[in-house]
Amino acid sequence: MLLPEPIQKLINAFERLPGIGPKSASRLAFYLLRAPEDVAQDLSEALNGLKDKIAFCEECFNITEAGHPRCEVCENPKRDSAVICVVEEALDVLALERVGAYNGKYHVLHGVLSPIEGVGPDDIKIKPLIERVARGGVKEIILATNPSMEGDATALYLQQQLRPHKIQVTRLARGLPVGGDLEYADQNTLLRALSGRQEMS
Amino acid sequence: MRDTFRSVRVEAVVLRHSDWGEADRLLTLYTRQLGKTRAIVKGARKITSRKAGHLEPFTQVRLQLARGRDLFIVTQADAIESYLPLREDLILTGHASYVIELLDRFTYEDEIENLTLFRLLTDTLSRLASKSDPWLALRYYEIRLLDNLGFRPKLFECANCGREIRPEDQFFSFSAGGVICPTCGKGLPNLSSISMETLKYLRHFQRSSYADASRARASLEARVEQGRSIRKEAESLMQGYFTYLLERELNTPGFLKQVRG
Repeated sequence: MLLPEPIQKLINAFERLPGIGPKSASRLAFYLLRAPEDVAQDLSEALNGLKDKIAFCEECFNITEAGHPRCEVCENPKRDSAVICVVEEALDVLALERVGAYNGKYHVLHGVLSPIEGVGPDDIKIKPLIERVARGGVKEIILATNPSMEGDATALYLQQQLRPHKIQVTRLARGLPVGGDLEYADQNTLLRALSGRQEMS
Repeated sequence: MRDTFRSVRVEAVVLRHSDWGEADRLLTLYTRQLGKTRAIVKGARKITSRKAGHLEPFTQVRLQLARGRDLFIVTQADAIESYLPLREDLILTGHASYVIELLDRFTYEDEIENLTLFRLLTDTLSRLASKSDPWLALRYYEIRLLDNLGFRPKLFECANCGREIRPEDQFFSFSAGGVICPTCGKGLPNLSSISMETLKYLRHFQRSSYADASRARASLEARVEQGRSIRKEAESLMQGYFTYLLERELNTPGFLKQVRG
């Protein structure tokens, strides 16, 4: 059976989203068809605003509302601009902010180096970070890329690039997760947990 | 799919991973028993995942796979060898990625066991991890990989006239898959040149074990200047041949060039 064009168009649009297959796409489309008017209205308004009302911070490339050249963190005079925490995605900033223990600034790379996928240093926001450091005033760079092969590669590259600037470069600690199980820990994690053990006080 | 076993125990090397769904990962594996295959790891992106740490790229791992609707699902994972040095040096990460990329591009998900290829992969990764000369390990890997996949280049007779190659500078044809003697080479288009010295090393790798092949290192290092140009010529020749065979440029050589700066 051929579906009417408007609904087929919506299904096709949903299908292009990550993690949504043809079945989920048609389920969502038919749900919206039957749902009250305002559900679809809200969704379309939210989608419309997404691209126009969002921009990237000039300094750290975090997401910010359009019209503001710099994000909330960069604008805040109470935050320490001598410390920069480098993360892969804007969502990582959110995770770190939720903890509330960090008082420095951020830099969002928008990706990681991946030799196999062919993502090189010029494909992510590495140059702006180096320029930011070169302008001076930065004392420490915290590398908070994910503890994966790609995240490690990115951290190694940044370390190499930052070496001439003679600032402190640190990497987030790695070890056993809360709720984890020693028995199932991998060699890499255990090794680092052992070497990074701390005295109980 | 060959038969319909529900669960299978395999030994594998993780080739690559990508995010899948909410918190899962999709792995591309090269297994000892089933060749190349893909599998889903449920919850691998959660920080408390018991499997994620064992399933990073380059890791050699023992796995229990269950057949899902269309993909395998990893139910147990235990690392045998993580090749940690490969992740602590950016250039080594690049070299290991090159090894992985070549294998990934040349193989299909056919569920056919290829023990020689699996051994070649693990041997090459451990050679790189033990800081042996990466040029040797990689060129040897390339020659052996081509051998195993049915693209063995002809290095002893001319690929055009079939006459034995004499000790002088030759041509190399990607389309003919081998060396072309100077006599035939005059009239043919699209040939690369190959010096006698470089050819000697490639021939040596084609017929020797790695232990024998690695003795080439001393002779390369003894002649500093010439050794360097041989290394360079062999590397770019092989890369040209791969680009021809795969009809596509490889990603990792470009990455390495960028990273070396």
